[in-house]
Amino acid sequence: MVDVTNVSKAYKEVKVVDDVSVHIKKGTITSFIGANGAGKSTLLSMVSRLIPKDEGSVLLDGEEITSYDNKELAKRLSVLKQSNNIKVRITVRELVSFGRFPYSQGKLKKEDEKLIDEAIEYMQLEDFEGRFLDELSGGQKQRAYIAMVIAQDTEYILLDEPLNNLDMKHSKQIMKALRRMVDDLGKTVVIVIHDINFASCYSDHIVALKDGKCVYEGHPEEMITNNVLREVYDMEFNVCNIDGNRICVFFT
Amino acid sequence: MKWWITGFLLIFFSILSLFIGVSDLSITDLFSLSAEQQEVLFVSRIPRLISLLIAGMSMSIAGLIMQQLSQNKFVSPTTAGTMDSARLGILVGMLLFPSASMMEKMLLAFLFALAGTFVFMKILDKIRYRDAVFIPLVGLMFGNIIGSVTTFLAYRFDLVQSIGTWLHGDFSMLIEGRYELLYLSLPVVILAYIFAHHFTIAGMGEDFASNLGLSYQKVLYLGLGLVALITASVVLTAGMLPFLGLIVPNIVTIYQGDHLRSSIWQTAVLGALFVLVCDILGRVIIYPYEISIGLTVGVLGSGIFLYLLLRRRAYGL
Repeated sequence: MVDVTNVSKAYKEVKVVDDVSVHIKKGTITSFIGANGAGKSTLLSMVSRLIPKDEGSVLLDGEEITSYDNKELAKRLSVLKQSNNIKVRITVRELVSFGRFPYSQGKLKKEDEKLIDEAIEYMQLEDFEGRFLDELSGGQKQRAYIAMVIAQDTEYILLDEPLNNLDMKHSKQIMKALRRMVDDLGKTVVIVIHDINFASCYSDHIVALKDGKCVYEGHPEEMITNNVLREVYDMEFNVCNIDGNRICVFFT
Repeated sequence: MKWWITGFLLIFFSILSLFIGVSDLSITDLFSLSAEQQEVLFVSRIPRLISLLIAGMSMSIAGLIMQQLSQNKFVSPTTAGTMDSARLGILVGMLLFPSASMMEKMLLAFLFALAGTFVFMKILDKIRYRDAVFIPLVGLMFGNIIGSVTTFLAYRFDLVQSIGTWLHGDFSMLIEGRYELLYLSLPVVILAYIFAHHFTIAGMGEDFASNLGLSYQKVLYLGLGLVALITASVVLTAGMLPFLGLIVPNIVTIYQGDHLRSSIWQTAVLGALFVLVCDILGRVIIYPYEISIGLTVGVLGSGIFLYLLLRRRAYGL
């Protein structure tokens, strides 16, 4: 589990994340939601030690995350930031192989190759595996990155807007894959997500941020309600119950 | 381009290179060499060939590493001030320690090259407008500033002629006893191969590297260290070889991709081949005189550089 306690981060006096505490249980999907600039990505980056925090602590299985050895941590926790601007010309398979780097340091063994094959299959990238990343569409690229994280085979998986650039079909495919990874393999997934309906249908726990503060958190049933969402997003929602899922209508 | 084509061309031109020159030495003499011919071959021709191959190979690899680490296809020892800094280092060495040995000069050139490249990387961090072409322009300006400091110092201390030697790459002076420093590049190239994965991953960005448990800073310093070492040894022996580290890796990227493990040998072979061909051209164009390789590499290199710039969208550079 991950225990985030009283974490803060400021850039030039402006508190981007302000005294946030979150508890992330093992074997669940936790979604961070909130408007643009609410501090979701910054929080995710601090939880995954990509940026240092000003205050507070992040305990991964009881130990402060920044005190872990880098290589060891890379075998337990993976994090994917929005990374559409990378212009490096490598193939999909090479990218996915990087997921094995923490284990192999570049020298791939048979079992590494096997896990790479599986990850490529899991994300249905077999047809593209020899293509260069810069020849792929945004969605294919995104799937390739997620396949890399799958190959990294960590207990904790943190994703910053994994549905960015994806069409409906592939968004659903990714969310289903994440759900399967949690239910079948016991992984723990934390995502920053804008589509609250995907958050509603697939998460076990939702954390709502506003102006750097955690304003609400809880099970989707408690969170996806007119009152909570109005306060988080400053707009009106119409929450309906469709086939047992809570779906927000807010388009008109 | 298939590896065996470039490999074959490399061997062909290597042999050709041995038998071009003013002294009479042809391939048919190989098994009946006169004492004079033997001397030409072992003192001049072979050292020259070896230094051409090593310099071409290692400068291209230095460029490849720099492009990978800076995430910019147009950064190279020429366009990041590395070469100019190394030259300033040599000059400072000549001023402060006139009796310094080759190794001591090398150390100074290395330290200056390292510091210069590092400063450039720091400038790169501060630039917000990160257009692919803008950055090498900044690097060229930075290099020229350092170059003008060198020229000024050389002028003040009457060393303009000496420093001129290192301005233009020239292999004609590389005879036995004067080129061995280049061998220093060989272990560096091997190190570059061993850490190929690390460089490629670091090239994907700091967050990406951290996720895989790689210390971005350490890889960056290692890469800059290797680049400075290569540049210093090449500038000190052969002189400045402009654009080499820029164009060769870019040509390889187009058909081989950016994964260093697969592109590093291609880059090495193509770099050696390019320098070899330029050198042969320089030796035959105004035969029996010679055009220095700095000029041929510069002319051909800047032409190809311009072509790559204009066509960069087509190749996704």
